[in-house]
Formats: sequence, structure tokens, C-alpha cells
Amino acid sequence: MRTMTEEKHTISLLVDNQPGVLSRIAGMFSGRGYNIESLCVAATMDPLVSRITLVTTGDQLIIEQINKQLNKLVNVIKVHDLTETDFVERETALVKVRARPGHKAEILRLVDIFKCKVVDTNTTHYTIEVTGTVEKLSAFLNLLKPMGIKEIARTGSIALSRNNK
Amino acid sequence: MKITGAQILMAIFKEERVDTVFGMTGGAAIDIFDELARTNIQHIMVRHEQGAVHAADGYARAKRSVGVCIVTSGPGATNTVSGLASAYMDSIPVVVFTAQVPTNLIGNDAFQEVDIVGITRPCTKHNYLVRSIEDLARTVKEAFYVARSGRPGPVLVDIPKDIIQGKTAYKPLRAPSLKSYNPTYKPNMKQVKKAINLIREARKPVIFAGGGVILSGASRELAEFARRLNAPVTASLMGLGAFPGTDELWLGMPGMHGTYRANMSIGSCDLLIGIGVRFDDRVTGKIDTFAPHAKIIHIDIDPTSIRKNIPVAVPIVGDCKIALGELKKLMDEEALIIDPYKNKPWLDQIEEWKSTNPLSYEQMDIIKPQYVIERLYDMTNGQAIITTEVGQNQMWAAQYYHFDQPNSFITSGGLGCMGFGFPAAIGAQVASQDKLVVDIAGDGSIQMNIQEMATAVQYSLPVKIVILNNKYLGMVRQWQQLFYEKRYASTSIDEAPDFVKLAESYGAVGLRATRPQEVVPVLKEGLSTPKPVIMDFWVDREECVYPMVPAGAPMTEMLLV
Repeated sequence: MRTMTEEKHTISLLVDNQPGVLSRIAGMFSGRGYNIESLCVAATMDPLVSRITLVTTGDQLIIEQINKQLNKLVNVIKVHDLTETDFVERETALVKVRARPGHKAEILRLVDIFKCKVVDTNTTHYTIEVTGTVEKLSAFLNLLKPMGIKEIARTGSIALSRNNK
Repeated sequence: MKITGAQILMAIFKEERVDTVFGMTGGAAIDIFDELARTNIQHIMVRHEQGAVHAADGYARAKRSVGVCIVTSGPGATNTVSGLASAYMDSIPVVVFTAQVPTNLIGNDAFQEVDIVGITRPCTKHNYLVRSIEDLARTVKEAFYVARSGRPGPVLVDIPKDIIQGKTAYKPLRAPSLKSYNPTYKPNMKQVKKAINLIREARKPVIFAGGGVILSGASRELAEFARRLNAPVTASLMGLGAFPGTDELWLGMPGMHGTYRANMSIGSCDLLIGIGVRFDDRVTGKIDTFAPHAKIIHIDIDPTSIRKNIPVAVPIVGDCKIALGELKKLMDEEALIIDPYKNKPWLDQIEEWKSTNPLSYEQMDIIKPQYVIERLYDMTNGQAIITTEVGQNQMWAAQYYHFDQPNSFITSGGLGCMGFGFPAAIGAQVASQDKLVVDIAGDGSIQMNIQEMATAVQYSLPVKIVILNNKYLGMVRQWQQLFYEKRYASTSIDEAPDFVKLAESYGAVGLRATRPQEVVPVLKEGLSTPKPVIMDFWVDREECVYPMVPAGAPMTEMLLV
């Protein structure tokens, strides 16, 4: 009966900008055994409202429950499962990569190809800012890997519907 | 004019028509109780905060209103957790006020400080920490609104002492409206129409009612609906009393300890209409063998209940009473008349199940617990409010007391919280002074909140306790007998107080029956004594609750007596 295929869903939430709201949401996921792959919280134009973008996985029934359970939380104003619609999604990462003399040119070429930016540099490392879809980030990071990635900080996905509603 | 936080609280209690609170004071809560004592609101002072929440729960159900509790910070607050969790699982509107250490000490690990909002987040419908006195009135108002609206549930409000003592101007607020909280009461008519098409085609319908019917006050609508469809009705533990237990169409409770005919009916029906239920695992058993031939219509106010455990053909999100009203209206419009003979073969089949395997037990020269409940039922004419503890006592009460009225059976259904029944009975007795209130208990669970006997005596609440005393934690012992080769690990409770003397030491009355012929005289004396009474029945120690479906098995595979 259950369709066991796991799907990845990007869910955008508008929530009351109050202490404890994030904990309610995280607690709902952990208490019911659902996954959060990434989560990003920031203010909106309305100081009373924050937007949370989260990426989760589950089969169809679990995703349905996640949407309903999120809606049920008193501090959640709106739940929008973007995966059901047309949407744009981006993630930003800062990557600190070893810049050995023999690799520097190659790294800069990759930065050029992927339209990234070197935002900091010292004698041994470059720090690169990369923005794009999750796929672009993975491709870029895979190419950098052989050079020696020291540290990565990723924002997690943020997304908006392409709809004007 | 400026008034204190405590006075604001009292003003809102008045607006919300709170006439009783259950609670216990403490360092951080002194000012609230000081102010409470100046009002005409009755305070029932319990002996343990868990008792206060269960009492408020019992009160809320018996009175069909919101139960209110006030406790102090730290341990006072943590003691409410089981009560909140029980009320949350059973969707009972309770508002718990916890005092908190002063705002400037929060986060300092101050004396009797605990992050109760953090602790109770997953076991309340919603909770609040009041951060400034300006927010107090709106928050308290909102707490009552959230507790009682939609799918009801417990709400906790944590108020720091400086806010309780602080002063601000107050003017009554209008009913709150929240942009982030908007329960759906009125069902989608497209779904209602689909439901009617399934009803029209059904040959073997079963109606399955739950606590939602009682919460929405839809018993009359349910009875009309069942008669019109000529469909048999079963109800979950939480739904007992939603439909008359003496009605011809009544199947008994389904599930792990359900009647043979209820489980067989669900196993064979072609249409199952779930109303205000959540298809809990104790009802469904092995999920993919539940109602295998049925299309399911599921009416519930909480969208998360729908398709959580079982797939349904027609989901209807809405209030049970309103949804049943809409179903009726549409059936009238379509002039839908169910031929009473259409379901006859189905009802005949059910009658046969009923006669081949009725609920039964073997009468012996030792007191059978079922016998005690049967006599209790007779002698109270089925008119008592029954609360229960949890375990065998609860199941026998559900099986052998036939509930005709909603809110006459008060039990910790979802959480299964031992120690619930007695304080809940106290709450129910406060709400219904003129009713007989009986807690059906086991010797294990009664000891979990027995301290409330002092409360019952103090407020002259003539609650009756029927202890089915088998000197075991009986339900677990039953599992050990059936599934653990009679290894009775940690279930024997021979070392127990003398319950008669215990009652007497509190200033209550204690009675005991050790032989079957003493059962009726003890009940007679106990029920007619206008004081709190413990009736201690020494029952067959190894009696089991039957039928029983082993955990995880299909519901039609019952162990019968």
C-alpha cells in the first residue's frame, strides 16, 4: 500500500518570528522520526514573520504528514511544499581549499568556469564563494576535492516559488 | 487604573467563566493564590500536581468546558507533565498555569527554575512563556481559545513571578484571532457528496465513532445517522458513551480487547465510516489486515489524523457534529432512503457473531472482576460517571459497564496513564456534584495518586473507588502469562497497604469483599455512603481480559476465553 519511494521535498514556511518556534519545528521532526536534510531561517520584510526553508525526504505519506504536522503548529503561518510547484532553489557555500603552487591555476580556472568568486586568500589557501543549485555545488566540490578541501560552510537550500501568488 | 498580573489573570478567569481551579501553591505562585483567595473561584487544593492536571481533565470532560490548573515553578511544573501528556493524547481542553522564577533569573539555574515550556513543547497543543506584563492578557486569552477550539488540547502558560507581581493597565480584550491558527470546522462538500455515494452502495456498513464525537457534542447526530443507515456502531475506548451501549445497533468496542463481533464486523465490512477517530494501533492491530474489504470514510477535525495510519477513500476534515449535519442535509436533499431490509443479512451475521462469542467469564467461588463491574452497572442503573485507572481494570470497565451517555466514561485512553482515574474522578465530582462518580481501579494504579484521598476528604467529594485487587500489575502479568511462559518478573505487588485502613486513616470509609456473596452488600453500602469510599475487592488473581488480540496480529485473530 505504501509507496516506498523516497522523495526529496523543499518546503518553505512562514512562521511567527518568536523564540522557540524553530525548536517546535525541529522537535516535530525529531519526535516523529522525520529527516531534515537542511534548514535555513531568516527574517522577511515583515519583522514579525520569518521564513524557514527546509529540505526533507520521505515517501509520499510521510511527506503528506510532514506538511500537515507543520501546518498544525500554532506558530506556523503558511506551509508551501515547493516541490509540488515550479520553483527556484539556490545554495551558497564557502570552501577553503589548499592552493598548492601546482594547483593554483587549475583552481582559478574552475572558479571561472563555475562563475564563483575567490573571497579570501593567503599563502596556502583560497576561500571560494560558490552559489547555485545543489547539483552545481556538488559538481564544483567534487572537482575541488583532489586539491584538498580544508573546510566547507554551506547555507542549506533557500527557495522561492516562481508563482506570483 | 493599573492592576497586577495576578489580578489580570483573575479578570480573564471571570471572562472565561472559570469557576474552579485545581492546583498547589509554591514560592513563585504565592501571589496568584493570594489573589485567587479574594475571588469567588473555588480552588481545589490537590496533594500532588499530577493530580491537579488529571482532576482538571476529569472536570473538563464531565462539564464539557475547559479545566484550569495553577502550580508553582520547578518541580510543581515538572509534576504536571504526565497530566499534560494524557490530556494531549486524549484531546482534552486544559489550561495549566505554571509560575516561573523572575524574568531576570531565567537561565541562571535559579532555585526551582525549570524550562517547562521546553519540556512540555511536545506534549501540549501549544505553550507560552510570558515575557512581559503587556503580553499577559493576550496570552492568557489566547491560551483558552487554543485549548478549546479545533481539536482541543492542553495549553501551558508559564508566568514569571515579576510579571505576576507587576502592574499594568487592563481592559478586556476581544476574542483572539490568530493568522497562523485556523481550524477547519466545515467540511468540503465535494467529499461529503463522495461519502454519500459510498453510503448508497454499501451492503455491510460499520460506523466507528471516537472521542471526537464526544468532544464535538455530536452524539444525537451520530445516533440519527446510524438509525438512518441502519448501520451497526462500534466506538473506540475514547468514544464509549458517544453511542448508547444498550442500543440494538451497538457492537461494543473494537481492538485489542474489543468484542468478537466488533472486530469481526470491521474485518468483513464493505464500508467503514470513522468519525472522530485516529485509528490508533490498539484498534487497528496489524495495519494491512485492518478492514481489508472496506472502503473507508474518515471524518476528523485534525487533518494529521487522516491518512496517518490507514489509507482512506474519502477524507472529510471538519467538526464531527457539523460534518454529520452536512451529511444529513445532503441525504435529505437527495432523498436518500436506505431500505431497512438491505442490511438485514449483514445485521443477522453480526447477531450470529454476538451469540456465538459474547463477552463472558467463568463464575467461580472466588470474586471475578467482571462480576464486580456487572453488579456495579446494575446497582447504578448505568447512570454513574465512571473513571478508570489503566490496565485490566480499564478494559473490564470498558467491556462490562454499558455507557449510554457521552462524558460518562472518563479514562486515560491514549497515554494509558496509571494514577489518572482517582484525581479525574475528583474533578468529575466537582463538576457534577449530584452525580455518582466511581473510579474503577487496580491495586497497582490506585497507589499512584492515592494521596488525593486527602483532597477528596477535605472537600467532601464522595468519590467511590472500586479496587479490583489481584495483588498484581495485572495487565502486564497477563502478557507474561500468555507470551512470557508465566515468568512474572516485577509484576507481583503483594506488599501493599491495607486499603481499608488506608481509607480510614485519611478519614474516608474503607470496605472489603473477599467472597462473591460479599460483592453486592459491599457495593450497596459503599455506593450509599455519602463520603469518599474505597471498596477493596479481592478478585481472582490470574483472571485475564478476553478477547485479546496479541500486539501486531490481525484484529480478527482473537484469543477468546
